[in-house]
Amino acid sequence: MRDLRLAVRAGGGFGLGLAFFLIVVTLVPFAVGPRTELLAAIAPGILWLGALLACLLSLDRILALDWEDGSLDLLATAPLPMEGTVSVKALAHWLTTGLPLVLASPVLGLLLSLPAAGYGPLVLSLLVGTPALSVIGTFGAALTVGLRRGGLLLSLLVLPLYVPTLIFGAEVARRGAGALDYATPLLMLAGITCGTIAVLPFASAAVLRVNLR
Amino acid sequence: MNFNALWAYANPRKFIETADKVLPALSVLAALCMGVGLVWGFFFTPDDYRQGATVKIIYLHVPSALMAINIWLMMLVTSLVWIVRRHHVSALAARAAAPIGMVMTLIALITGAIWGQPMWGTWWAWDPRLTSFLILFLFYLGYIALWEAIENDDTAADLTSILCLVGSVFALLSRYAVNFWNQGLHQGASILRGAALVGDTEERMSNVYAVPLFVSIAGFVLLSLALIILRTQTEIRARRMRALMARERMN
Repeated sequence: MRDLRLAVRAGGGFGLGLAFFLIVVTLVPFAVGPRTELLAAIAPGILWLGALLACLLSLDRILALDWEDGSLDLLATAPLPMEGTVSVKALAHWLTTGLPLVLASPVLGLLLSLPAAGYGPLVLSLLVGTPALSVIGTFGAALTVGLRRGGLLLSLLVLPLYVPTLIFGAEVARRGAGALDYATPLLMLAGITCGTIAVLPFASAAVLRVNLR
Repeated sequence: MNFNALWAYANPRKFIETADKVLPALSVLAALCMGVGLVWGFFFTPDDYRQGATVKIIYLHVPSALMAINIWLMMLVTSLVWIVRRHHVSALAARAAAPIGMVMTLIALITGAIWGQPMWGTWWAWDPRLTSFLILFLFYLGYIALWEAIENDDTAADLTSILCLVGSVFALLSRYAVNFWNQGLHQGASILRGAALVGDTEERMSNVYAVPLFVSIAGFVLLSLALIILRTQTEIRARRMRALMARERMN
């Protein structure tokens, strides 16, 4: 809860991810040209990639601030187990970054002239997929929390872990845009999300305990 | 054999002593196998009737690809041993193995590109196997970068071994996810197939090519083993030296 309030009130973190998402999507037509049919073809992929990068941008904020002012040590000694703490952290990150991205994606899809059939699957895939991004990102943030130049390393560690999520997520959006059946990749995506939510908090907590030692 | 005897080598001194004894023989054997396998493969096998001389890249490509995966598996095992039993040699072996695995991945990718150019008409294709090797390469990069970034040795060992565990799961996931994402250009496994083992010769490559290939694979395995042992030894000695220097400064 505290994280949520902080993130919203501090302003920066909350809007920044969204603004970044918007900018990435705006830059794409400049890079590939304004041809509508080309944009429509790559829109699902670009939207997923933009969401992923926007997520990545705010990862180091998950734990770094608490690490600096020492409240992470307090959280570690609190009665709530570390696994619970990191889960809540990931949830807060998703609510402040993932959810706004999901809600904003149809508007940005409009900018990229996404086919009409694609909006539902796009929102659905982001809704199902972004929690996995947050949970995996929390693991990465926990790994690099004690490091001074952790930002770049964080991207290097987290991006390969994002591969399966991105593959299935973008596949859902792409098949949706092409009005194809997207149930299989959507189920796979949901599987990945559930799996990461179930298992990764333990790894993040273990890593965090090592870093707090 | 008493399996517990294996843990004696977790003692750094015992490890170094044994390594000193084993290493020369291992190195000579590795050089011999690689020399024989590669020379035999390159110069004394006939050209393939369709692929011509390019087929000989197999003597580098297949062994290095094999080692790239097996070294990651070895790192997974040593990471587990470190987490469970906290033997420093184990963590250092994982650290020592990572760059070797990365180079093997790179060799597999580069020889694959050189082979792919004349055969498929392209250096690179977004084929599941190629892509998953690229991802494996990224995992090696991240793993090594994390080792380098953390100053405290024990913390680094802990974090990297957890990364190795998580990374293994995700590497496996990616391997099958990319299968789903794009169909392949790369051929399936054709060196060892179930059908070949029971004697169906249609299904496997000819012995003319297979025998030098196995020699070459043995050479790569021995080379990797020798390098890993050598590098682990170096890591142990470097750490011991740092400890001695720290003690010196204390006095």
